[in-house]
Amino acid sequence: MAEFFQYVVAASLVIAGIFGIVGSFGLIKLNDPMSRLHAPTKATTLGVGGVLIASMVHALMVEHHLSVHELLITIFLFLTAPITANFIAKAHIHRHCTAEDLPDPAPDARWAGLTEEEADTPDAQ
Amino acid sequence: MKLARRVFPHPYLSALLLLVWCLLNNSFSLNTLVFGFILSIVTPSATANSWPDRPRLKRPVLVVEYMVVVIWDIIVANVIVAGLILFRRTDSLRPNWVSIPLDLRTPEAITILAGTITLTPGTVSADVSCDGHALLVHCLNAEDTDAVRDEIKDRYERRLKEIFE
Amino acid sequence: MIIEYAIYFAAFCFGSSLLMNLWKIVSAEGVGDRVLALDTMVINAIALMVLFGMWKGTEIYFEAAMLIAMLGFVSTVAYARFMLRGNIIE
Repeated sequence: MAEFFQYVVAASLVIAGIFGIVGSFGLIKLNDPMSRLHAPTKATTLGVGGVLIASMVHALMVEHHLSVHELLITIFLFLTAPITANFIAKAHIHRHCTAEDLPDPAPDARWAGLTEEEADTPDAQ
Repeated sequence: MKLARRVFPHPYLSALLLLVWCLLNNSFSLNTLVFGFILSIVTPSATANSWPDRPRLKRPVLVVEYMVVVIWDIIVANVIVAGLILFRRTDSLRPNWVSIPLDLRTPEAITILAGTITLTPGTVSADVSCDGHALLVHCLNAEDTDAVRDEIKDRYERRLKEIFE
Repeated sequence: MIIEYAIYFAAFCFGSSLLMNLWKIVSAEGVGDRVLALDTMVINAIALMVLFGMWKGTEIYFEAAMLIAMLGFVSTVAYARFMLRGNIIE
């Protein structure tokens, strides 16, 4: 049985490595600034996630002790990755985009992060 | 009932605190559980003033189904985006903005929807409209923006609406 | 045995990812790209650290990975806020 789980661990490590390197390669290759934002989400989800799952299975099935730290790191990364991506996207919109670049915010008047509107609110000064 | 409200102003937060404490200690022994239990009572009641209303889950069982769907989508989308990055020339990609009108109204549900969209490779949620009725999503490669919008609404938003509202 | 080779392969992948991110930090033309590359670098460093812990067979590195994850998150948010506002604490 331990033999089988060795192959599971090895396979998830290799898959994680491939997706990690593809994410960083995308960061170099893509030429649109917003498109580059997609690279870290790839590296986080299957890259680091695969390594952490492999580490957990390794501890449980090959070394025979329960280790749940990995689960905590995975949860933490999955919670924080969208927030950092959202912050960077907001900064990009704030610096480079105008209302014409973005689609119509259908029921409402404007997107929350646009530059010229922000100057209207009193706390921006 | 009233006492239970006083001791556990946020039952989900208490359960989460207990779980995180056990994970941090990397053990589920009685010592850890008892101290985690004390923490999970003290922390929410000490911070209850800054969290006046609690999120309500109408059907918590569906959370499991939602998580399975999201994890499966993350794997599929990872393979698709890896193919896009490796085998397509960059100028043949169509990066595009998509505006998604929201039926969800609770802030927690909208936050989870935005997080799900970002975690799925190929789409990043960038902004919400000023009154929170639309979500701005950036797609790595979207020929048909309506199809992306319909898929997100049908796959994630419908399930979240069942869970939260 | 096979796990050891898989660890070598994954470490090679994440190590070259780190080098690519470093190259991106040096060569990027805008601040936004630098912050993005730094964020990816933190994520790859976490993966590398967990791999090293597996290779050595200790659990100490998980605490380090946890700390790096938290510091990376806070620093990225601070950088992004600096880009948005021009200052971090108002």
